[in-house]
Formats: sequence, C-alpha cells, structure tokens
Amino acid sequence: MNINFIKYSIVYYILFGIFVIGSILALSIFGLKFGIEFTGGSIMEVNFIDKRPVNDEISKALLNFNLGEIIVQPTGDKGAVLKFKGIDETVHQQILLKLSELSKVDERSFEYIGPSIGQELKQKTMLSMFLALLAITLYIAFAFRKVSRPVSSWKYGITSLIALFHDILIPLGVFAVLGKLYNVEITIPIIAALLTILGFSVHDTIVIFDRIRENILRKGMGQFQETVNWSLNQTLGRSISTVFTTLLVLLSIFFFGGQTLKYFSLALIIGITSGAYSSIFIAGPLLVSWYKRDEKKSMD
Amino acid sequence: MSQKYLIFIGVIVLAVLAGNFVYPDYFNKGADFLNQKFNLSIPHFWTKSFIFGLDLQGGVNLTYQADLNNVTDKSGAMQGLRDVIERRINMFGVTEPVVQIQGQDRLVVELPGVTNVQDAIKMIGETPHLEFLEQRPEAETQQIIDKIKEVQKVQKENGDISKVADWQQALQNPHFKPTELTGKYLSKVNVVFSQTTYKPQIEIIFNKEGEKLFEQITEKNIKKPLAIFLDGGSIIDTSGDGKIDAQDLYAPIVQDKITGGRAVITGDMSTQKANEIARRLNSGALPVKIGSPISQQTVGPTLGAVSLQKSLLAGIYGLLAVVLFMILIYRLPGVLASVALIIYVAITLSLFKFIPVTLSLAGIGGFILSIGMAVDANILIFARMKEEIKQGKGLSLATEEGFKRAWPSIRDSNFNSLIVCAILFIFSTSFIKGFALTLSMGILVSMFSAIFITRILLMVFVGQRLEKFEWLL
Repeated sequence: MNINFIKYSIVYYILFGIFVIGSILALSIFGLKFGIEFTGGSIMEVNFIDKRPVNDEISKALLNFNLGEIIVQPTGDKGAVLKFKGIDETVHQQILLKLSELSKVDERSFEYIGPSIGQELKQKTMLSMFLALLAITLYIAFAFRKVSRPVSSWKYGITSLIALFHDILIPLGVFAVLGKLYNVEITIPIIAALLTILGFSVHDTIVIFDRIRENILRKGMGQFQETVNWSLNQTLGRSISTVFTTLLVLLSIFFFGGQTLKYFSLALIIGITSGAYSSIFIAGPLLVSWYKRDEKKSMD
Repeated sequence: MSQKYLIFIGVIVLAVLAGNFVYPDYFNKGADFLNQKFNLSIPHFWTKSFIFGLDLQGGVNLTYQADLNNVTDKSGAMQGLRDVIERRINMFGVTEPVVQIQGQDRLVVELPGVTNVQDAIKMIGETPHLEFLEQRPEAETQQIIDKIKEVQKVQKENGDISKVADWQQALQNPHFKPTELTGKYLSKVNVVFSQTTYKPQIEIIFNKEGEKLFEQITEKNIKKPLAIFLDGGSIIDTSGDGKIDAQDLYAPIVQDKITGGRAVITGDMSTQKANEIARRLNSGALPVKIGSPISQQTVGPTLGAVSLQKSLLAGIYGLLAVVLFMILIYRLPGVLASVALIIYVAITLSLFKFIPVTLSLAGIGGFILSIGMAVDANILIFARMKEEIKQGKGLSLATEEGFKRAWPSIRDSNFNSLIVCAILFIFSTSFIKGFALTLSMGILVSMFSAIFITRILLMVFVGQRLEKFEWLL
C-alpha cells in the first residue's frame, strides 16, 4: 500500500488554514480566560453536607464581604466552586462561617493568589514558550545538519516550527471557545500541557524527518517528492500507534482522573491530535512544496 | 548464549525487587505465613512509603514576600527569617514542614496536614520576639522549680495538670524573668573583632529608648548574667542546661552599668557561631516585614484522598488500555513490550520511593502520560522489525536491524522531550516542577526499559523456534 500523500497537499493546506484562522479568530474574539494564578484572586471549593443552596442564595449571602464579582459554579451533587477577589485568612474564615449558616458546609480547598505572582507567572510562561520553540528548532536544525541536500537543514527546522505553531494554536483556540461557553480557564496545568505538546508533537515530526533523512542517504536524493511520500507511508503505522497509546492514557485521565487533571488532559488530547495531523499532513508536504518552489526559481 | 540468559535473570530479579519495594504487602504476608508454618524467620521487605504532595495529603501552602527595602544583607535577613519561622513551626508540632527561600525575597511554607490555617498564619506572621531577661531572686526560682516538679508528678500519673493550683507558674523560666527591654528597642547587631585578642564579639546597638532601659537594667544587674531570649528560647545557652550563668561560655555577664546604648558580648566563640547569633538577633531586631501571605493554598484531607484515588484509577485504566492495545496490534512482541512496560512502571515507582520524589497530582499526571509515551520506542522498533521481515530477512537479523535503525529516532525525540522538561523547570510553580520531574524520569527509565529490557525479552523468547509461527509477530 502506498498512499500518495503529497498529491493532495493543497487540501491539507486549506484545512490547516481553516484551523489556524479559526483559532486566531476565536482567540481574538473571545480571548482567553486566565485562572487566578495569572490574575490574582481567591478560589474556594466547598461541599454542602445536606443540600446545596442555589447560586443566587450563595452570592447574596456573601454580598456584604465586598468580594467584587462572585462566580459560583456548582460541582458534583452538593459541591460548589466560588471565585472572587483576593481576601485574607480572617475574611476567609468569616465567609466559611456565613456559608455554614446557609447549610452545613465542608471546605475542600481554598486558594488565594496575590496580584504580583500573577504578573510574574505570565512573564515566565511567555519566556518558557519562546525558549521551548527556539530550543526545539535549533535542535532539529542541528540533528539534520548532515542532510543539506536537496533541502537544507534549517528548512527542516522552520517546517517543524510551523507545525508546532499549529499544534499550540489549536488547543488555545479551543480553550478560548471553552472559556466563552463553560468558563474554562487557562491555568498552570494547561500551560504545562501546552509545553508538553511542543515536546511531543515534534516527536512525530522528527520520526518522519528521520525517515526522510535515512531514505535520502540510502537511495540518493533524486526524486525528493517520492522519497518524502514513501517515508510518510513507512512511518504512518507508527505515528498512528504512538498517538493512539498516548491518547489512551490521556482519555483515561480525562474520564477518571478527577477535576484538577481534566482540562490538563483535554489540552494534551487536542494538542497531540493536532500534532499528529500537522506532522503527517503538513510538515512533510511543506518540505516538498518548498523544494519545488526553490527548484522552479533556479530553473527560471 | 548463556550471557543473554544471565542478563534475563538479572532483569527478572530487578523487576521482582522493584515490584516488592513498591508494594511489599504480598511479600510480607507470604513471609509471615511461611514463618508461622515452618517456624522460619524471613524478614519483611524494606518498607518505605511514598511521599505525597500537599494536594494529595491535604495541608497548607503559604507564600510570603519579605520587605527587604531597607536591608543591606538581604540573604542574611532571609536566612534569619527562615530560621525563626522554622522554629515557630516546629513548636506548632507539624510533621515534615517545609520552609524554603524562593528567589530573592520569597518564603514558602508548607504545612502538611494542618487544618487550622488561621492560627498557623498568625503564628508565622508574628514579629520574631526578642527579649532580655534578668535573673530571678533565689526564692522565686525555688518556687517555680517546685511547681514544675509538682506538675510533672501529676503528668506522670496521667492526672489533669490544670487542677494544680497556679499551674501556669510551671511554664515560666525558673531562672530568669522578663524585663521591659525587647527586640523592639534594638537597632542593630554586628559581629566585630576584638582589637586585642582578635576574637569575634557581638556588638549590640540599641535605639534611644532602648539605651535608657538598658542602662537601668545593667545598673540593677551588675555581676549578674543577662539572658537574651529569641522566641522563648535562649540564644546563648551553650551548656544547654536551661540556665544562663557563668558556666555558659558566651553568657553575657554584666560587668558594669552600660550607658550609650552599646553592648558587647565577648567570649570564646567561633566566627561562625558569632555570625549565627548576630543573625538571630538581627532577625529579632530588624524583623523583615512579611505581612500576610501573597498566596495561600489549602487542600482539605477529603479532597486530597479523592484526588489520589482518582488519579491512581486513571493510571491503572490507562496502563491496561495500553497493554491491551499493544497485544492486539503487535501480538507476541506486544506481550513482551507489555511486560517491559510493567517492569518500567515498577522501576519508576520504586525510584519515586527511593529518591524520594514528592508526588503531587501533577507528578502522577506526568507519570501516567509517560506510560503512554514509553511504548513509543517499542512501537518504532517493532514497526522496523516488521519491515525488515517483509524484506525477507530472518527473525534474529530483523530484530537486530529493527533496534539499530529505530535508535536515532528514539534518541532524537526523547531528547526533545527532555529539553522541554528542562524548560518547564524554569517555572518555580510546584505543579509544573513536579510534572516535569516525573515526566523526565519516566522518559529516561522508559528508554532503558523499552530498549534494553524488551531486547533481552525478545532475544530469550523469540529464538529460531518461532520462525514457524510467523502469525505471532
């Protein structure tokens, strides 16, 4: 079986464009909802032992504390997550007391993050994203330094960088939509997931590029398009299997792993799926298109 | 030929040891059973428990920001702050607390199992308390010592000590009583060196009010010791007998009435000791202001237990799913890869126990993810093997080639993941650090298990015999 991947390059590019533009639109229209780690504030998870009061009742009870905007999200049967501005421990205890007047309550967790930490985290996130992209691109360019013909090694680096942008952008776009619809926030675990996607989806790209490198060394470099296509076919089974096993554990975390890891695993699931798409359908074909364009130029 | 069986036995021994280290219950039960039945004395397996993060066992995490604006020796001030807070927490009776300086001016306090956050915050946030104490009159000392004995006697008989009249008296220091002079009146403490003996001395400088108080107190106590207590404990009781007297090498014995608000503690002390005392005094004198925490995270014990249970369940389901998939797709090599995967899980978990790695929810997430990624190397190798077999190569040659050709891809892709893990470490957030640590450990162990262990298993089980049963591959 030899699927002609390259033949439909234009279709992949169009799909790629739709995904990317869709994500950019979602990001610019809805924006991202950042969690309190980034914005500062308090988050409190409680469990009402008898019966959960309705959201309005809870908000009303807390009105006198001057908590700014209060968000009440019911969880499970009797639980609720409350989000409001930053408070100190004394106020925290008073709030607990007030809540227990409504109905007997058991506090699951409380978190308060000051505004200075949030700013710092935002900067660190940007820095580490940038460093990760840079390091990965450099590494690929270095690893492929011996294959300078017919496509130079830095082009492998740039191509995988384009694929990586796609893999990061799509989960971000999805989270922008989820934030709009379900108040899902960008939290530290999701940042960790995004960075892991960078590492993981470049796995796939590297394996495919490795095959191309090997095939070029074996068969010589004529027929670059056929070599890439052949390499894609050879690695397809592996790409699918690996993505599938990783998705298996991630789905297991998503369904059984509890609240904290839920969106963390969702981000990874989206990122790894789009990573599989970009490394099979974008990275390889893009190399060929680039090669063709250069060839055309030199012929002119 | 014999070498590969030796390595194989080594792998099995390693796996059994790791497995029992992670979960010694079966071994111990078996040992108990045999010991009882045959009157043997097989020892129990080495027991060590996992260390779980605050999010799994419940507790409080507090981050403070110190105000270092007017402090010249910033790191010294932070160390002083940490020491004081550490001592206060120890008095609070928390098991395995963590007090860490983070960056330049942050202090992180982790209190596992603490639920009374309000008290903890209050206790930590108090200004370190420095006081100067003078000797009690003999009669008073005797009275307190008697009271202590009385209370101790009642305690020994498991009686209610609060029934003893004036029992609070027993809590006082029998030898010293507080004066009005406290850390509030200190302006600075330095380590200086004597002009004549070159020995280190501790120089104490008081502010205006302190100057007057100190003058009065020294006048009253000439030729008597003056004790300096920090947070309820003497800082210079070298003999450790609870008394600060002439026996204590650096006990400041008042030589004369001191005017000018300047005092020097002399004695036979090392520079290191002098610095330590000065640091403690400075932390009492110049309390680095920390205010209330800039971040606080409290996890109740219920939530922690639920999270742990759920993440374990997710891990087990994930592992089973991967094993099933590998066996369905790759048949016999899949079975061997699954065995290698299970050995991988045992080795990694026992490393977590052994080092030990504090396992947070994020760490467990990273580990579960690594289970899914660990088989990637095997998938790469098996795919190669299949190709080589298709090209008509014999089984053992195909196995050999498969490993050889898959190696560059395995190396490059895992190296990339390690780069990302290293970058994740830039975050000081414990969630990400825990995740990056377990994931990178997982990657390293998985390279060993997927390549080395699977190879040995293949060499032992897929000999020439299997050529006839090609459907298994």
